[in-house]
Amino acid sequence: MVERSLLRRVTAGLVPAIPYLWLGVLFLVPFLIVLKISLSDPAVAQPPYKPVFEWGDIAGFFGALDLENFELLTQDDLYFRATLSSVRIAAFSTLLLLLVGFPIAYGMARAPERVRSLLVALVILPFWTSFLIRIYAWVAILKPEGLLTQALTGLGLIAQPLDILNTETAVYIGIVYAYLPFMVLPLYATLEKMDDTLLEAALDLGSPPWRSFWTITVPLAMPGIVAGSLLCFIPAVGEFVIPDLLGGSETLMIGRQLWSEFFSNRDWPLASAVAILLLIILVVPIVIYRDVEARRVEGRP
Amino acid sequence: MRRAFAPWSNPDAKPLIRFDNVTKRFGDAVAVDHLSLDIFEGEFFCLLGPSGCGKTTLMRMLAGFETPSEGGMTLGGQNLAGVPPYRRPVNMMFQSYALFPHMSVEKNIAFGLKQDGLPKDQIAERVGEMLRLVQLEKLARRYPSQLSGGQRQRVALARALAKKPKVLLLDEPLGALDKKLREETQFELMDIQHELHMTFVVVTHDQEEAMTMADRIAVMDHGRIVQVATPGEIYEQPKTRFIAEFVGDVNILEGHVQGRENGLWRVKASSAEHPLTIDDPDEVLHSGQAVAIAVRPEKMLIHRDPPEPGAVNVLSGEVWDIGYLGDWTVYRVKLATGEILRVTRANASRFVDNPIDWDEQVHVTFAPDAAVILAE
Repeated sequence: MVERSLLRRVTAGLVPAIPYLWLGVLFLVPFLIVLKISLSDPAVAQPPYKPVFEWGDIAGFFGALDLENFELLTQDDLYFRATLSSVRIAAFSTLLLLLVGFPIAYGMARAPERVRSLLVALVILPFWTSFLIRIYAWVAILKPEGLLTQALTGLGLIAQPLDILNTETAVYIGIVYAYLPFMVLPLYATLEKMDDTLLEAALDLGSPPWRSFWTITVPLAMPGIVAGSLLCFIPAVGEFVIPDLLGGSETLMIGRQLWSEFFSNRDWPLASAVAILLLIILVVPIVIYRDVEARRVEGRP
Repeated sequence: MRRAFAPWSNPDAKPLIRFDNVTKRFGDAVAVDHLSLDIFEGEFFCLLGPSGCGKTTLMRMLAGFETPSEGGMTLGGQNLAGVPPYRRPVNMMFQSYALFPHMSVEKNIAFGLKQDGLPKDQIAERVGEMLRLVQLEKLARRYPSQLSGGQRQRVALARALAKKPKVLLLDEPLGALDKKLREETQFELMDIQHELHMTFVVVTHDQEEAMTMADRIAVMDHGRIVQVATPGEIYEQPKTRFIAEFVGDVNILEGHVQGRENGLWRVKASSAEHPLTIDDPDEVLHSGQAVAIAVRPEKMLIHRDPPEPGAVNVLSGEVWDIGYLGDWTVYRVKLATGEILRVTRANASRFVDNPIDWDEQVHVTFAPDAAVILAE
């Protein structure tokens, strides 16, 4: 009996520790490594930065760390513009995703019960193809002599080939296409749980359907709206593949900047500093969300 | 206390609500079948019936959530065809209460008033009035998830009453409450209805609830109304065997009419040795007709000693079961034919010498006017 209860206590202590262990090994440690590199200086060596940690010279190691790279980020306004442009593109894309995703999720939640799981499967279906290939496919669709131009000229809607590829518009199209499931699924989850009699009650109390949408449906879907928006906004800010393939050289995004520092310039310390900057930008909305959520829960436990 | 209120027996009275030959089909299923019904202003009206009888569909048509397949409805003389729910002077208290979870109690109650675009101070005043009516002033800022079932029910009631509708619809209003609370709330609802002089239409499957609260009850079965009458009439003069069995407990004795003597019907029932004598003057019957005789358990008397010779309506058997309910004792008496009668006796005194026991031979009697003849 004693052994069993001891074992139980140990396992009971271990189970909550698993997520922390996971986060510690796979998030905190890499983060500390990146932070360290961001404080280092570039070097023509293997690895391409210095100082490298040595047990013999701990004081010298810490003494060699400095904030030079972050200073550089503030001096060159390229990084500021890239950050601003990333946030702007991500925010506008999130808005577009909401506008496109909400009707889809609403329609799914209103569909007969037996087809709902099929619809969910259809939303997830694109994930079965590689992300990279799907974005490449958009190059073929959007390029001047591509499928879209062919289709629209075929229908007689346009005379000139569309010049969308390598513009911001193409980036929006790509992001909305690629991230739609991340918007639709959380929205669908909250809308599907919604009690239809609430809308009937609103109708009964004199609220026409379009008004009930704003006073009942949207507030009750808020958890899904927030979750979907964050799921789209956060990766969109750091997006690299879509602006690189569809956005052309004009589209400035921080993820691309990071990539070119790492691979083109082989300046790992500066790239790490950009990564830390990106992380800080993304932590802000998460903290805000948690704060709002905590207040909401406090309001009605 | 109870007013003499019977507009339905006044031929000049104009009904507030009129269902005129209304039919509602869902695909092949007929939920409401050529139904006509008048409900008068100030009535506490109950639609009673088993689940699937069409009572909820009838109410939802009145609220505007369903459209009749045939026939029409009027409210205060106005044809309701094509009027959307949000323009009907009718409010509903939902079975699930359907309180808005993201709004506080006062916001819930104010919701309907806001839709009418009333000024803020008037809304606040009316909300305060409603909160007082249902005694929830202290909980105005709470959210529905922080309330008990009984409190939610009151919020739902206050919200539905806030707009002073011409008709308040209540869908199984007490279904989710426990027994004690249900009883209290029944009387509260009656008081509120009386105080506000409003027309209440209640849907319920609980006959006790209907009997307690209603001015009139419409008993429904298979999309039709079987009988519309006061609770007393429904109980004492049920029109059909379905009603007799659905409302309250009843013993049914099957037999054939033998004839009429001195204004009393003579009916030969298989379960009784001698023909039964029934005083049901309004029935029109012919000799040999198969009928069912319905007698309520509390109108039967149970005796240990054989009744005097010449006594009418005697059934003999043995005590099969005894159920002691405190206020009542229920005897289940098995007759020679195998039928089981249910006889109840009020426990008027605390101690009884030598009470009737299990397996005893007993005689059950009832007065000629205690029974109702139901033509098969």
